[in-house]
Amino acid sequence: MTTPMVKFDKVTKRYGSLTVLDSLDLEIAANEKVAIIGPSGSGKTTVLRMLMTLERINEGIIYVDGEPLTHMEKNGTLVPADQRHLRRVRGNIGMVFQHFNLFPHMSAIRNCMEAPVNVLGMPKAEARERAAELLDMVGLGDKVDQYPSQLSGGQQQRVAIARALAMRPKVMLFDEVTSALDPELVGEVLNVIRKLGSEHNLTMLMVTHQMGFAREFADRVCFFYGGKIAEEGAPDEIFSNPENERTRQFLSAVLEAN
Amino acid sequence: MQLRSLAICAIVFFTAGLAVASFAGFREFIPGLLEGALVTIQITIGGCVLAVVMALLAAMAKMYGPAPLRWLAVAYIEVFRGTSALVQLFWLFFVLPHFGILLEPLTVAIAALGLNVGAYGAEVVRGAVNAVPRGQWEASVALNMPRTLALRRIILPQAFIAMIPPWGNLFIELLKATALVSLITISDLAFKAQQMNQTTFRTIEIFTIVLVMYLAISILITVGMRWLESIAARGIARGRSQ
Ligand SMILES: Nc1ncnc2c1ncn2[C@@H]1O[C@H](COP(=O)(O)OP(=O)(O)OP(=O)(O)O)[C@@H](O)[C@H]1O
Ligand SMILES: [Mg+2]
Repeated sequence: MTTPMVKFDKVTKRYGSLTVLDSLDLEIAANEKVAIIGPSGSGKTTVLRMLMTLERINEGIIYVDGEPLTHMEKNGTLVPADQRHLRRVRGNIGMVFQHFNLFPHMSAIRNCMEAPVNVLGMPKAEARERAAELLDMVGLGDKVDQYPSQLSGGQQQRVAIARALAMRPKVMLFDEVTSALDPELVGEVLNVIRKLGSEHNLTMLMVTHQMGFAREFADRVCFFYGGKIAEEGAPDEIFSNPENERTRQFLSAVLEAN
Repeated sequence: MQLRSLAICAIVFFTAGLAVASFAGFREFIPGLLEGALVTIQITIGGCVLAVVMALLAAMAKMYGPAPLRWLAVAYIEVFRGTSALVQLFWLFFVLPHFGILLEPLTVAIAALGLNVGAYGAEVVRGAVNAVPRGQWEASVALNMPRTLALRRIILPQAFIAMIPPWGNLFIELLKATALVSLITISDLAFKAQQMNQTTFRTIEIFTIVLVMYLAISILITVGMRWLESIAARGIARGRSQ
Protein backbone atom coordinates (compact mmCIF):
# COMPACT_ATOMS: atom_id res chain seq x y z
CA MET A 1 0.00 0.00 0.00
CA THR A 2 1.31 3.46 -0.84
CA THR A 3 1.42 6.20 1.80
CA PRO A 4 -1.51 8.58 1.59
CA MET A 5 -0.67 12.20 0.74
CA VAL A 6 -2.87 13.43 3.56
CA LYS A 7 -4.04 11.49 6.55
CA PHE A 8 -6.26 12.60 9.42
CA ASP A 9 -5.84 10.14 12.26
CA LYS A 10 -8.63 10.43 14.86
CA VAL A 11 -8.53 14.20 14.74
CA THR A 12 -10.78 16.07 17.14
CA LYS A 13 -11.35 19.80 17.09
CA ARG A 14 -13.29 21.67 19.74
CA TYR A 15 -14.20 25.29 20.22
CA GLY A 16 -14.94 25.50 23.92
CA SER A 17 -17.66 22.98 24.56
CA LEU A 18 -18.56 22.67 20.86
CA THR A 19 -17.02 19.62 19.19
CA VAL A 20 -16.66 20.59 15.57
CA LEU A 21 -14.82 17.49 14.41
CA ASP A 22 -15.19 14.28 16.30
CA SER A 23 -12.35 11.80 15.90
CA LEU A 24 -12.12 12.30 12.15
CA ASP A 25 -10.37 9.65 10.03
CA LEU A 26 -9.67 10.59 6.43
CA GLU A 27 -7.03 9.42 3.98
CA ILE A 28 -6.37 11.07 0.67
CA ALA A 29 -4.13 9.47 -1.94
CA ALA A 30 -1.57 11.36 -3.98
CA ASN A 31 -3.25 13.04 -6.95
CA GLU A 32 -6.69 12.30 -5.63
CA LYS A 33 -9.37 14.99 -5.97
CA VAL A 34 -11.70 15.00 -3.01
CA ALA A 35 -14.82 17.16 -2.75
CA ILE A 36 -16.17 17.98 0.70
CA ILE A 37 -19.86 18.76 0.93
CA GLY A 38 -22.23 19.18 3.83
CA PRO A 39 -24.51 21.61 5.59
CA SER A 40 -23.33 24.89 7.06
CA GLY A 41 -21.42 24.48 10.31
CA SER A 42 -20.56 20.82 9.69
CA GLY A 43 -16.82 21.53 9.93
CA LYS A 44 -15.81 21.60 6.26
CA THR A 45 -13.78 24.78 6.48
CA THR A 46 -12.28 23.63 9.75
CA VAL A 47 -10.84 20.52 8.09
CA LEU A 48 -8.98 22.63 5.55
CA ARG A 49 -7.85 25.20 8.09
CA MET A 50 -6.40 22.51 10.37
CA LEU A 51 -4.47 21.07 7.46
CA MET A 52 -3.16 24.55 6.58
CA THR A 53 -2.14 24.94 10.28
CA LEU A 54 -4.43 27.94 10.62
CA GLU A 55 -6.22 26.07 13.39
CA ARG A 56 -4.76 23.91 16.16
CA ILE A 57 -6.18 20.46 16.72
CA ASN A 58 -7.16 19.10 20.12
CA GLU A 59 -6.58 15.40 19.58
CA GLY A 60 -5.20 13.08 16.93
CA ILE A 61 -2.49 13.57 14.34
CA ILE A 62 -2.45 14.90 10.80
CA TYR A 63 0.13 13.44 8.39
CA VAL A 64 1.26 14.95 5.12
CA ASP A 65 3.10 12.72 2.67
CA GLY A 66 3.83 10.22 5.42
CA GLU A 67 5.24 12.78 7.82
CA PRO A 68 3.42 14.07 10.89
CA LEU A 69 2.40 17.71 10.46
CA THR A 70 0.88 18.55 13.80
CA HIS A 71 3.51 16.61 15.70
CA MET A 72 7.21 15.88 15.47
CA GLU A 73 9.39 13.09 16.63
CA LYS A 74 11.47 13.73 19.71
CA ASN A 75 13.37 10.96 21.51
CA GLY A 76 11.22 8.38 19.81
CA THR A 77 7.86 9.85 20.78
CA LEU A 78 5.58 12.31 19.03
CA VAL A 79 5.31 15.72 20.64
CA PRO A 80 3.34 18.77 19.40
CA ALA A 81 5.17 20.39 16.51
CA ASP A 82 7.12 23.59 16.98
CA GLN A 83 6.99 26.50 14.54
CA ARG A 84 9.98 25.29 12.55
CA HIS A 85 8.53 21.86 12.01
CA LEU A 86 5.16 23.30 11.01
CA ARG A 87 6.79 25.55 8.46
CA ARG A 88 8.81 22.73 6.96
CA VAL A 89 5.91 20.35 6.51
CA ARG A 90 3.24 22.83 5.52
CA GLY A 91 5.43 23.95 2.62
CA ASN A 92 3.74 21.04 0.81
CA ILE A 93 0.34 22.66 1.12
CA GLY A 94 -1.27 25.61 -0.63
CA MET A 95 -4.67 27.14 -0.02
CA VAL A 96 -7.15 29.30 -1.91
CA PHE A 97 -9.69 31.23 0.15
CA GLN A 98 -13.30 32.17 -0.35
CA HIS A 99 -12.44 35.87 -0.20
CA PHE A 100 -9.21 35.60 -2.23
CA ASN A 101 -7.08 37.42 0.38
CA LEU A 102 -4.77 38.88 -2.24
CA PHE A 103 -2.21 41.42 -1.02
CA PRO A 104 -3.84 44.72 -2.03
CA HIS A 105 -0.59 46.67 -2.08
CA MET A 106 1.03 44.44 -4.69
CA SER A 107 0.34 43.94 -8.37
CA ALA A 108 -0.84 40.53 -9.58
CA ILE A 109 2.65 39.42 -10.49
CA ARG A 110 4.16 40.71 -7.23
CA ASN A 111 1.50 38.76 -5.35
CA CYS A 112 2.81 35.64 -7.09
CA MET A 113 6.51 36.48 -6.60
CA GLU A 114 6.50 37.54 -2.96
CA ALA A 115 6.65 34.12 -1.32
CA PRO A 116 8.85 32.34 -3.88
CA VAL A 117 11.46 35.10 -3.52
CA ASN A 118 11.28 35.66 0.23
CA VAL A 119 10.36 32.19 1.48
CA LEU A 120 11.97 29.85 -1.05
CA GLY A 121 14.85 32.21 -1.82
CA MET A 122 14.23 32.01 -5.55
CA PRO A 123 16.09 34.62 -7.64
CA LYS A 124 13.79 37.48 -8.64
CA ALA A 125 14.15 36.99 -12.37
CA GLU A 126 13.25 33.32 -12.11
CA ALA A 127 10.31 34.05 -9.80
CA ARG A 128 9.02 36.71 -12.20
CA GLU A 129 9.26 34.38 -15.16
CA ARG A 130 7.44 31.62 -13.35
CA ALA A 131 4.79 33.98 -11.99
CA ALA A 132 4.17 35.26 -15.52
CA GLU A 133 3.79 31.67 -16.76
CA LEU A 134 1.30 30.85 -14.02
CA LEU A 135 -0.73 34.02 -14.60
CA ASP A 136 -0.74 33.13 -18.27
CA MET A 137 -1.98 29.66 -17.40
CA VAL A 138 -4.93 31.09 -15.46
CA GLY A 139 -5.72 33.37 -18.39
CA LEU A 140 -4.37 36.61 -16.96
CA GLY A 141 -1.26 37.07 -19.09
CA ASP A 142 -2.40 40.60 -19.91
CA LYS A 143 -3.15 41.61 -16.31
CA VAL A 144 0.18 40.97 -14.60
CA ASP A 145 0.70 44.58 -13.56
CA GLN A 146 -2.85 45.24 -12.35
CA TYR A 147 -3.56 45.66 -8.67
CA PRO A 148 -6.20 43.47 -7.00
CA SER A 149 -8.68 46.35 -6.79
CA GLN A 150 -8.44 46.74 -10.55
CA LEU A 151 -9.50 43.13 -11.15
CA SER A 152 -12.90 41.44 -11.11
CA GLY A 153 -13.65 38.85 -8.43
CA GLY A 154 -13.07 36.00 -10.85
CA GLN A 155 -9.77 37.47 -11.95
CA GLN A 156 -8.70 38.01 -8.35
CA GLN A 157 -9.48 34.43 -7.50
CA ARG A 158 -7.44 33.23 -10.48
CA VAL A 159 -4.50 35.33 -9.29
CA ALA A 160 -4.92 33.71 -5.88
CA ILE A 161 -4.73 30.27 -7.48
CA ALA A 162 -1.59 31.24 -9.41
CA ARG A 163 -0.08 32.66 -6.21
CA ALA A 164 -0.63 29.40 -4.35
CA LEU A 165 0.78 27.35 -7.25
CA ALA A 166 3.91 29.48 -7.34
CA MET A 167 5.00 27.74 -4.13
CA ARG A 168 4.83 24.34 -5.89
CA PRO A 169 2.59 22.66 -3.33
CA LYS A 170 1.77 18.97 -3.52
CA VAL A 171 -1.63 19.51 -1.95
CA MET A 172 -4.05 22.31 -2.85
CA LEU A 173 -6.96 23.30 -0.64
CA PHE A 174 -9.95 25.19 -2.02
CA ASP A 175 -12.51 26.58 0.40
CA GLU A 176 -15.68 27.57 -1.45
CA VAL A 177 -13.56 29.50 -3.90
CA THR A 178 -16.53 30.49 -6.06
CA SER A 179 -18.97 31.39 -3.30
CA ALA A 180 -18.08 35.07 -3.23
CA LEU A 181 -18.33 35.44 -7.01
CA ASP A 182 -21.12 36.69 -9.23
CA PRO A 183 -22.67 33.72 -11.05
CA GLU A 184 -21.23 34.67 -14.43
CA LEU A 185 -17.69 34.58 -13.02
CA VAL A 186 -17.91 31.12 -11.47
CA GLY A 187 -17.19 29.31 -14.72
CA GLU A 188 -13.83 30.92 -15.39
CA VAL A 189 -12.53 29.88 -11.96
CA LEU A 190 -13.86 26.33 -12.23
CA ASN A 191 -12.21 26.05 -15.65
CA VAL A 192 -8.87 26.91 -14.12
CA ILE A 193 -9.36 24.23 -11.47
CA ARG A 194 -10.28 21.69 -14.16
CA LYS A 195 -7.11 22.58 -16.00
CA LEU A 196 -5.04 22.15 -12.83
CA GLY A 197 -6.59 18.76 -12.31
CA SER A 198 -5.69 17.52 -15.75
CA GLU A 199 -2.28 19.14 -16.25
CA HIS A 200 -0.65 19.08 -12.82
CA ASN A 201 0.17 16.38 -10.33
CA LEU A 202 -1.80 17.83 -7.49
CA THR A 203 -3.75 16.38 -4.63
CA MET A 204 -6.84 18.52 -4.24
CA LEU A 205 -9.22 18.95 -1.40
CA MET A 206 -12.13 21.22 -2.08
CA VAL A 207 -15.08 22.41 -0.11
CA THR A 208 -17.80 23.30 -2.55
CA HIS A 209 -21.47 23.99 -2.99
CA GLN A 210 -21.20 23.41 -6.75
CA MET A 211 -22.64 19.90 -6.83
CA GLY A 212 -22.41 19.66 -10.61
CA PHE A 213 -18.73 20.46 -10.51
CA ALA A 214 -18.09 18.07 -7.62
CA ARG A 215 -19.77 15.27 -9.50
CA GLU A 216 -17.86 15.83 -12.70
CA PHE A 217 -14.45 16.68 -11.23
CA ALA A 218 -13.94 14.79 -7.98
CA ASP A 219 -12.70 11.23 -7.57
CA ARG A 220 -14.43 11.01 -4.25
CA VAL A 221 -17.07 12.97 -2.37
CA CYS A 222 -17.21 13.21 1.42
CA PHE A 223 -20.43 14.31 3.05
CA PHE A 224 -19.82 15.92 6.43
CA TYR A 225 -22.45 15.93 9.10
CA GLY A 226 -22.19 16.57 12.82
CA GLY A 227 -18.41 16.56 12.97
CA LYS A 228 -18.03 13.28 11.10
CA ILE A 229 -17.99 11.96 7.59
CA ALA A 230 -21.53 10.65 7.38
CA GLU A 231 -21.07 9.17 3.93
CA GLU A 232 -18.36 9.01 1.30
CA GLY A 233 -17.82 7.43 -2.06
CA ALA A 234 -17.55 7.93 -5.79
CA PRO A 235 -19.52 10.97 -6.97
CA ASP A 236 -21.97 8.89 -8.98
CA GLU A 237 -22.86 6.76 -5.97
CA ILE A 238 -23.29 9.70 -3.63
CA PHE A 239 -25.29 11.83 -6.00
CA SER A 240 -27.49 9.21 -7.64
CA ASN A 241 -27.78 6.73 -4.88
CA PRO A 242 -27.12 8.18 -1.43
CA GLU A 243 -27.47 5.65 1.36
CA ASN A 244 -27.52 7.99 4.32
CA GLU A 245 -30.78 9.72 5.15
CA ARG A 246 -28.91 12.97 5.98
CA THR A 247 -27.16 12.94 2.63
CA ARG A 248 -30.49 12.52 0.85
CA GLN A 249 -32.02 15.40 2.76
CA PHE A 250 -29.02 17.63 2.12
CA LEU A 251 -28.90 16.89 -1.59
CA SER A 252 -32.58 17.41 -2.14
CA ALA A 253 -32.41 20.70 -0.22
CA VAL A 254 -29.51 21.84 -2.39
CA LEU A 255 -31.28 20.75 -5.58
CA GLU A 256 -34.38 22.63 -4.58
CA ALA A 257 -32.38 25.79 -3.91
CA ASN A 258 -30.90 25.67 -7.41
CA MET B 1 -6.10 69.31 -4.91
CA GLN B 2 -6.89 69.90 -1.28
CA LEU B 3 -3.23 69.25 -0.69
CA ARG B 4 -2.08 71.97 -3.04
CA SER B 5 -4.48 74.55 -1.67
CA LEU B 6 -3.28 73.82 1.84
CA ALA B 7 0.33 74.19 0.76
CA ILE B 8 -0.42 77.48 -0.96
CA CYS B 9 -2.31 78.57 2.11
CA ALA B 10 0.70 77.90 4.31
CA ILE B 11 3.08 79.78 2.06
CA VAL B 12 0.77 82.77 1.61
CA PHE B 13 0.14 82.87 5.33
CA PHE B 14 3.81 82.76 6.15
CA THR B 15 4.93 85.40 3.67
CA ALA B 16 2.00 87.65 4.48
CA GLY B 17 2.90 87.37 8.12
CA LEU B 18 6.50 88.21 7.38
CA ALA B 19 5.50 91.12 5.12
CA VAL B 20 3.13 92.66 7.63
CA ALA B 21 5.68 92.13 10.32
CA SER B 22 8.51 93.80 8.47
CA PHE B 23 6.43 96.84 7.45
CA ALA B 24 4.67 97.48 10.69
CA GLY B 25 7.80 97.91 12.64
CA PHE B 26 7.79 94.28 13.74
CA ARG B 27 11.02 93.90 11.82
CA GLU B 28 13.37 94.03 14.77
CA PHE B 29 11.83 90.90 16.28
CA ILE B 30 11.99 88.74 13.20
CA PRO B 31 15.64 87.57 13.25
CA GLY B 32 15.58 86.57 16.91
CA LEU B 33 12.27 84.77 16.59
CA LEU B 34 13.37 82.96 13.43
CA GLU B 35 16.39 81.74 15.35
CA GLY B 36 14.04 80.39 18.01
CA ALA B 37 11.79 78.86 15.37
CA LEU B 38 14.77 77.00 13.95
CA VAL B 39 15.43 75.41 17.35
CA THR B 40 11.75 74.52 17.66
CA ILE B 41 11.81 72.88 14.23
CA GLN B 42 14.97 70.97 15.11
CA ILE B 43 13.41 69.58 18.29
CA THR B 44 10.18 68.78 16.46
CA ILE B 45 11.93 66.81 13.73
CA GLY B 46 14.20 64.98 16.16
CA GLY B 47 11.30 64.22 18.48
CA CYS B 48 9.09 62.95 15.66
CA VAL B 49 11.78 60.60 14.36
CA LEU B 50 12.40 59.22 17.83
CA ALA B 51 8.66 58.92 18.47
CA VAL B 52 8.10 56.84 15.33
CA VAL B 53 11.02 54.53 16.12
CA MET B 54 9.91 54.06 19.73
CA ALA B 55 6.27 53.55 18.74
CA LEU B 56 7.16 50.82 16.24
CA LEU B 57 9.51 49.06 18.66
CA ALA B 58 7.09 49.26 21.58
CA ALA B 59 4.08 48.15 19.54
CA MET B 60 5.93 45.18 18.03
CA ALA B 61 7.31 44.18 21.44
CA LYS B 62 3.90 44.49 23.07
CA MET B 63 2.12 42.48 20.40
CA TYR B 64 4.65 39.86 19.37
CA GLY B 65 7.58 39.97 21.78
CA PRO B 66 8.49 37.34 24.37
CA ALA B 67 7.14 38.00 27.86
CA PRO B 68 9.98 40.17 29.28
CA LEU B 69 10.02 42.43 26.20
CA ARG B 70 6.26 42.65 26.33
CA TRP B 71 6.32 43.81 29.94
CA LEU B 72 9.02 46.33 29.15
CA ALA B 73 6.92 47.75 26.32
CA VAL B 74 3.80 47.90 28.47
CA ALA B 75 5.73 49.64 31.25
CA TYR B 76 7.16 52.18 28.81
CA ILE B 77 3.77 52.94 27.26
CA GLU B 78 1.99 53.27 30.60
CA VAL B 79 4.67 55.37 32.28
CA PHE B 80 5.03 57.82 29.43
CA ARG B 81 1.32 58.11 28.76
CA GLY B 82 0.41 58.32 32.41
CA THR B 83 2.73 61.14 33.44
CA SER B 84 3.03 64.63 32.06
CA ALA B 85 5.58 65.57 29.43
CA LEU B 86 6.77 68.39 31.66
CA VAL B 87 7.60 66.02 34.50
CA GLN B 88 9.37 63.68 32.07
CA LEU B 89 11.40 66.60 30.77
CA PHE B 90 12.37 67.70 34.27
CA TRP B 91 13.14 64.16 35.30
CA LEU B 92 15.56 63.61 32.42
CA PHE B 93 17.11 67.04 32.91
CA PHE B 94 17.36 67.35 36.68
CA VAL B 95 17.24 63.78 38.01
CA LEU B 96 19.45 61.86 35.60
CA PRO B 97 22.55 63.96 36.48
CA HIS B 98 22.25 62.61 40.03
CA PHE B 99 22.92 59.18 38.53
CA GLY B 100 25.91 60.54 36.66
CA ILE B 101 24.11 60.88 33.33
CA LEU B 102 24.54 64.38 32.04
CA LEU B 103 22.87 65.15 28.71
CA GLU B 104 22.81 68.21 26.49
CA PRO B 105 19.58 70.18 26.96
CA LEU B 106 18.73 69.67 23.27
CA THR B 107 19.20 65.91 23.65
CA VAL B 108 16.98 65.90 26.71
CA ALA B 109 14.31 67.87 24.88
CA ILE B 110 14.27 65.50 21.89
CA ALA B 111 14.40 62.41 24.13
CA ALA B 112 11.59 63.52 26.45
CA LEU B 113 9.21 64.62 23.72
CA GLY B 114 10.05 61.69 21.45
CA LEU B 115 9.55 59.15 24.24
CA ASN B 116 6.33 60.82 25.33
CA VAL B 117 4.73 60.94 21.90
CA GLY B 118 6.16 57.51 21.05
CA ALA B 119 4.10 56.01 23.87
CA TYR B 120 0.90 57.35 22.29
CA GLY B 121 2.19 56.36 18.86
CA ALA B 122 2.62 52.76 20.00
CA GLU B 123 -1.13 52.50 20.46
CA VAL B 124 -1.67 54.06 17.03
CA VAL B 125 0.62 51.44 15.48
CA ARG B 126 -1.11 48.65 17.37
CA GLY B 127 -4.55 49.79 16.30
CA ALA B 128 -3.53 50.05 12.67
CA VAL B 129 -1.89 46.61 12.66
CA ASN B 130 -4.95 45.06 14.28
CA ALA B 131 -7.16 46.69 11.67
CA VAL B 132 -5.49 44.78 8.82
CA PRO B 133 -7.94 41.99 7.89
CA ARG B 134 -7.17 38.58 9.37
CA GLY B 135 -7.26 37.07 5.90
CA GLN B 136 -3.97 38.78 5.16
CA TRP B 137 -2.27 36.86 7.97
CA GLU B 138 -3.92 33.66 6.82
CA ALA B 139 -2.77 34.14 3.24
CA SER B 140 0.76 34.69 4.58
CA VAL B 141 0.62 31.44 6.53
CA ALA B 142 -0.72 29.62 3.48
CA LEU B 143 2.33 30.89 1.58
CA ASN B 144 4.49 29.58 4.42
CA MET B 145 5.86 32.97 5.42
CA PRO B 146 7.49 33.27 8.83
CA ARG B 147 5.66 35.75 11.04
CA THR B 148 8.34 38.44 10.88
CA LEU B 149 8.32 38.35 7.10
CA ALA B 150 4.52 38.54 6.96
CA LEU B 151 4.60 41.46 9.36
CA ARG B 152 7.27 43.34 7.43
CA ARG B 153 6.09 42.74 3.89
CA ILE B 154 2.34 42.21 4.17
CA ILE B 155 0.86 43.62 7.37
CA LEU B 156 2.88 46.75 8.18
CA PRO B 157 2.72 48.24 4.68
CA GLN B 158 -1.07 48.00 4.84
CA ALA B 159 -1.21 49.31 8.39
CA PHE B 160 1.04 52.20 7.40
CA ILE B 161 -1.64 54.01 5.45
CA ALA B 162 -4.10 53.89 8.33
CA MET B 163 -1.44 55.28 10.66
CA ILE B 164 -0.70 58.45 8.72
CA PRO B 165 -3.59 60.70 9.83
CA PRO B 166 -3.27 59.92 13.57
CA TRP B 167 0.49 60.41 13.30
CA GLY B 168 -0.17 63.83 11.80
CA ASN B 169 -2.08 64.73 14.95
CA LEU B 170 0.68 63.39 17.18
CA PHE B 171 3.35 65.36 15.33
CA ILE B 172 1.37 68.55 15.85
CA GLU B 173 0.93 67.68 19.53
CA LEU B 174 4.69 67.27 19.70
CA LEU B 175 5.26 70.63 18.04
CA LYS B 176 3.01 72.31 20.59
CA ALA B 177 4.72 70.53 23.46
CA THR B 178 8.11 71.90 22.38
CA ALA B 179 7.17 75.13 24.13
CA LEU B 180 7.92 73.28 27.37
CA VAL B 181 11.63 73.05 26.59
CA SER B 182 12.12 76.72 27.33
CA LEU B 183 11.94 75.57 30.96
CA ILE B 184 15.19 73.65 30.61
CA THR B 185 17.24 76.57 29.27
CA ILE B 186 16.69 76.00 25.55
CA SER B 187 16.17 79.08 23.38
CA ASP B 188 13.25 77.87 21.32
CA LEU B 189 10.56 80.03 19.80
CA ALA B 190 8.55 80.36 23.00
CA PHE B 191 11.65 81.17 25.04
CA LYS B 192 12.79 83.84 22.59
CA ALA B 193 9.34 85.40 22.62
CA GLN B 194 9.23 85.65 26.39
CA GLN B 195 12.75 86.98 26.54
CA MET B 196 11.99 89.73 24.00
CA ASN B 197 8.73 90.52 25.68
CA GLN B 198 10.47 91.04 28.99
CA THR B 199 12.94 93.52 27.52
CA THR B 200 10.66 95.42 25.11
CA PHE B 201 7.08 94.93 26.36
CA ARG B 202 5.88 94.83 22.72
CA THR B 203 3.56 91.99 23.66
CA ILE B 204 1.04 92.26 20.83
CA GLU B 205 3.59 92.25 18.01
CA ILE B 206 5.78 89.53 19.46
CA PHE B 207 3.11 87.03 20.32
CA THR B 208 1.26 87.63 17.06
CA ILE B 209 4.37 86.73 15.11
CA VAL B 210 4.94 83.69 17.32
CA LEU B 211 1.38 82.54 16.76
CA VAL B 212 1.76 82.81 13.00
CA MET B 213 5.06 80.94 13.10
CA TYR B 214 3.68 78.00 15.10
CA LEU B 215 0.68 77.89 12.82
CA ALA B 216 2.87 77.88 9.72
CA ILE B 217 4.93 74.97 11.03
CA SER B 218 1.85 72.95 11.91
CA ILE B 219 0.33 73.60 8.48
CA LEU B 220 3.57 72.36 6.95
CA ILE B 221 3.23 69.16 8.99
CA THR B 222 -0.35 68.71 7.83
CA VAL B 223 0.64 69.27 4.21
CA GLY B 224 3.52 66.82 4.52
CA MET B 225 1.30 64.12 5.99
CA ARG B 226 -1.39 64.59 3.33
CA TRP B 227 1.27 64.25 0.69
CA LEU B 228 2.57 61.07 2.31
CA GLU B 229 -0.95 59.71 2.47
CA SER B 230 -1.61 60.37 -1.19
CA ILE B 231 1.61 58.58 -2.16
CA ALA B 232 0.84 55.61 0.06
CA ALA B 233 -2.73 55.44 -1.22
CA ARG B 234 -1.51 55.36 -4.79
CA GLY B 235 0.62 52.33 -4.01
CA ILE B 236 -1.97 50.37 -2.10
CA ALA B 237 -5.55 50.93 -3.03
CA ARG B 238 -6.11 52.18 -6.55
CA GLY B 239 -9.80 52.19 -5.87
CA ARG B 240 -9.74 49.65 -3.08
CA SER B 241 -12.41 47.03 -3.66
CA GLN B 242 -11.53 44.38 -1.08
N1 LIG C 1 -13.03 30.50 15.69
C1 LIG C 1 -14.14 29.85 16.07
N2 LIG C 1 -14.60 29.95 17.32
C2 LIG C 1 -15.71 29.28 17.72
N3 LIG C 1 -16.44 28.50 16.92
C3 LIG C 1 -16.04 28.37 15.64
C4 LIG C 1 -14.87 29.04 15.15
N4 LIG C 1 -14.71 28.71 13.85
C5 LIG C 1 -15.73 27.89 13.54
N5 LIG C 1 -16.53 27.69 14.61
C6 LIG C 1 -17.71 26.81 14.64
O1 LIG C 1 -17.32 25.55 14.17
C7 LIG C 1 -18.36 24.97 13.39
C8 LIG C 1 -17.81 24.54 12.05
O2 LIG C 1 -17.40 25.65 11.33
P1 LIG C 1 -16.91 25.56 9.82
O3 LIG C 1 -16.52 26.94 9.41
O4 LIG C 1 -15.88 24.51 9.69
O5 LIG C 1 -18.24 25.14 9.07
P2 LIG C 1 -18.47 24.92 7.52
O6 LIG C 1 -18.85 23.52 7.35
O7 LIG C 1 -17.32 25.42 6.74
O8 LIG C 1 -19.75 25.85 7.27
P3 LIG C 1 -20.11 26.78 6.04
O9 LIG C 1 -20.70 25.90 4.98
O10 LIG C 1 -21.13 27.72 6.60
O11 LIG C 1 -18.86 27.46 5.60
C9 LIG C 1 -19.46 26.00 13.29
O12 LIG C 1 -20.45 25.66 14.21
C10 LIG C 1 -18.79 27.28 13.70
O13 LIG C 1 -19.69 28.13 14.34
MG1 LIG D 1 -16.97 27.07 5.41
